[in-house]
Amino acid sequence: MLEVSGLNAYYGKSHILQGVDIHVDAGEVVSLIGRNGVGRSTTVKAIMGEVPPHGRVRFKGRDIAGLPSHRIARLGIGYVPEHRDIFPDLTVRQNLMLGMKDAKKEGRWTIQGSLDMFPNLAARADSPAGVLSGGEKQMLTMCRTMMGDPDLVMIDEPTEGLAPLIVRQVGELISEIARRGVAILLVEQKLSIALDISHRVYVMGHGRIVFEGTPAELKANETVRKEWLEV
Amino acid sequence: METIVFSTLNGVLYGLLLFMLSSGLTLIFSMMGVLNFAHASFYMLGAYFAYAIGATTGFWAAMLLAPILVAGVGALVERYGLRNVHRHGHVAELLFTFGIAFLIEEIVKLIWGRNPVPYSPPAVLQQPLFTLWGTQYPSFRVFMMIVAVLMFITLWLMLKKTRIGLIVQAALTHPHMVGHLGHNVPLVFMGVFAVGCGMAALAGVIGGALLVTDPAMALTLGPIVFVVVVVGGMGSLGGAFVASILIGLIQTFAVAVDASLSDLLARFGVMVSNRSDLGRITLAQVAPMLPFLLLVLVLIFRPRGLMGARES
Repeated sequence: MLEVSGLNAYYGKSHILQGVDIHVDAGEVVSLIGRNGVGRSTTVKAIMGEVPPHGRVRFKGRDIAGLPSHRIARLGIGYVPEHRDIFPDLTVRQNLMLGMKDAKKEGRWTIQGSLDMFPNLAARADSPAGVLSGGEKQMLTMCRTMMGDPDLVMIDEPTEGLAPLIVRQVGELISEIARRGVAILLVEQKLSIALDISHRVYVMGHGRIVFEGTPAELKANETVRKEWLEV
Repeated sequence: METIVFSTLNGVLYGLLLFMLSSGLTLIFSMMGVLNFAHASFYMLGAYFAYAIGATTGFWAAMLLAPILVAGVGALVERYGLRNVHRHGHVAELLFTFGIAFLIEEIVKLIWGRNPVPYSPPAVLQQPLFTLWGTQYPSFRVFMMIVAVLMFITLWLMLKKTRIGLIVQAALTHPHMVGHLGHNVPLVFMGVFAVGCGMAALAGVIGGALLVTDPAMALTLGPIVFVVVVVGGMGSLGGAFVASILIGLIQTFAVAVDASLSDLLARFGVMVSNRSDLGRITLAQVAPMLPFLLLVLVLIFRPRGLMGARES
């Protein structure tokens, strides 16, 4: 469904992505892992058009490299950025409403469904989203993106800085997204949840893909783990 | 007492006129990060368009048509000008709007000449509405207050109660995220720019008839609108409102109070002759300076303004 080949990206003069090749099939859960600063976030930003992409990005057979991000979103890619960009002045409910691309068009996900799933969000449904805790903001950002009913969702570092209990909740939400048939590209630094829920794993190093395989294959491959993942 | 009542009325009136301009300017600033130097030029265009259209259609139709036309001009300026300049950063944008301001001024001079045009409110609004202490208060002034207040209520309802308003509010702080959710942010920007220009034009339709319609009107009001936005806090509608009324009141009261610097100094025990150059200066003469003094002080001591969310 998503095919990326020979993707390059630059920040000023630094060459961040040096020919990235990845693909995600319909309904598949794929993780992109690696140490900080190897270009994982830049990869999803380049796919989304937030960083100018050089190379080929195809989604459902269409070339999307360089399209404005709202067009890409409307083709069916959801994006949950790493900074939990909730709209702090709007209420939780209003945040969810803006996740819908058109008014009154709920798909696989509904506002009520999201609130039912997370009682903490329901309790604050009509308060400004700025008062939520970090974990609640993460749930809200993910639910908000799902309100747009994407076929593929790219989730950047959803567990960063969260307590173990909340990390488990994030994992459950990601599993629920997968159960409803949505393909997932998960960017993570921690191996644990990525290996538990992914069908396939890419390891990134220095702006390139250095390993591709199943979670079991990665567990067995000590060389890759030592060189590219473990500190 | 008489002075206080009339100065308050006129101060609020002037403040409301300022807010009609500063509300649009501050929305445009918070959303695009661009300080639109040409904003007061759209105010001037509003007055001239209303004058030109009103000659054939009468005042009421012109009051509706002029802001819509100016909003259209604003949309074109954003779509084909600002959006391209945007790539080259904020300095380029600032210079671009600076250029637009002078372009509009020259075009206005070319078409309507350098002298004021005889643009005045319709006869029905020129009658006095009430008389206090033997002074008549013109109904046009009250009409202006009503128009301004209605405009703000509409703006507020649109921002708080409609879906497009929610998108605008979200895009004020997180334009990228709004785009990632599938909303056409460039289109929203163009809309906000156009609406901001339209509101400035509505202020011009009224301000031009109340004050004077000449090619210098943009340059007279423009800097004060900037003061309002900075004092209120960049990007804060509430702050812009408070600052507009505050500056409106300060200016009218300063003009109304008949005191000279020597009187003021005398209160502190400093005697300066009334005939010396310094002593002769009256508060009314200082009045035009006060907003800019406020601007300088605010920038030094409270750079984010009264209610601003971010450092400018």
